[in-house]
Amino acid sequence: MSESYILIVGCGRLGSLLAERLSTDENSIVVIDMDETAFEKLPGTFSGFTVLGDATELSVLEHANIDKADYLFVVTEDDNTNLMIAQVAREIFEVPNVMARVFDPRREALYSEFRIATVCPTKLSAQAFLDGLAKAPTSQPA
Amino acid sequence: MHIIIIGGGHTTYFLTRDLTAKNHRVTIINNDPGESRELARRTDALVVLGNGSDPDILAEAGARRADMLIALTDRDQDNLITCQMAVKLYGVPRTLSLVNDPDNIEVFRKLGVTTAFSAIQVITSMIEAYANFEDIVALMPVGEGELTISEVRLSKKSPSIGKRIMDLGLSQGTLIAAIIRNGKAVVPSGQSILLIEDVLVLVTEHNKAEADLNKLTGSDV
Repeated sequence: MSESYILIVGCGRLGSLLAERLSTDENSIVVIDMDETAFEKLPGTFSGFTVLGDATELSVLEHANIDKADYLFVVTEDDNTNLMIAQVAREIFEVPNVMARVFDPRREALYSEFRIATVCPTKLSAQAFLDGLAKAPTSQPA
Repeated sequence: MHIIIIGGGHTTYFLTRDLTAKNHRVTIINNDPGESRELARRTDALVVLGNGSDPDILAEAGARRADMLIALTDRDQDNLITCQMAVKLYGVPRTLSLVNDPDNIEVFRKLGVTTAFSAIQVITSMIEAYANFEDIVALMPVGEGELTISEVRLSKKSPSIGKRIMDLGLSQGTLIAAIIRNGKAVVPSGQSILLIEDVLVLVTEHNKAEADLNKLTGSDV
């Protein structure tokens, strides 16, 4: 993979973890968050940039050069924020790869139609638990 | 019509009061228990307590049969997603949304909201117009803010008095839709001559209004 420009919106536990994992020589990373203290979660080795601001504002996304982004990960704690930013990235700035976290499975089902890749932690966790149950040795109470 | 309004505050209250007075059926979705009770007490609307972007709450508010949904919260992302869900899930034919960041007006239109308006933009343009021209009686932006309808009263000092409309040199996009003279509205032609005390109903393109108002009333401060 040649050098990629990756934009991460939301510097919570997931956003900072993604930034840490992706922060390599091959990638150029920018993390956006509206809370300055959120950037403290980034590791000392993080070599990318941070942008302070509300990414539902076009001007903030433009400031982060969204039009040059190869990948956008929208991982704030708020479903509506994530879905709006993902659509703006896709439809206005034509970012080729957009992924959004959506907690509510009903919302996720709706927006998967919109050419936006969604990740639903609720569904993933439920599936993990169900798989665990299926794999468990017969645990029927006597 | 059955109209669903999502929001609170003065705008929701006064809009609901007006709409119910005109015999529209209004359902308000508000997520604050105290404010919901208050709205239920002070208006004729049905009030549903909850988040407007929750599909179940929208269904409870009767979205399946609603003719229009108006999103008035102070969070653009909530307004957008609520409008999109109303259309996608329940087929609501018309959605109107308040846009807090004026830059988002275009975004909302591209993403499927029927009408998006920015209160800040509407108010600023009205204040600017009122501040500049003392003879403007009323102003209303239409056509998604591209056009303005205004009522302009001509006085003794107006430079257009005694002239034919065709000779005023108004811009292409400007139209004098009606002249109200002695309490009667007449539709003018290019030959019509303007008189003192005429009230003109004027349709102007947003960015040309100022130059044309100058030619009519000359009262640019």
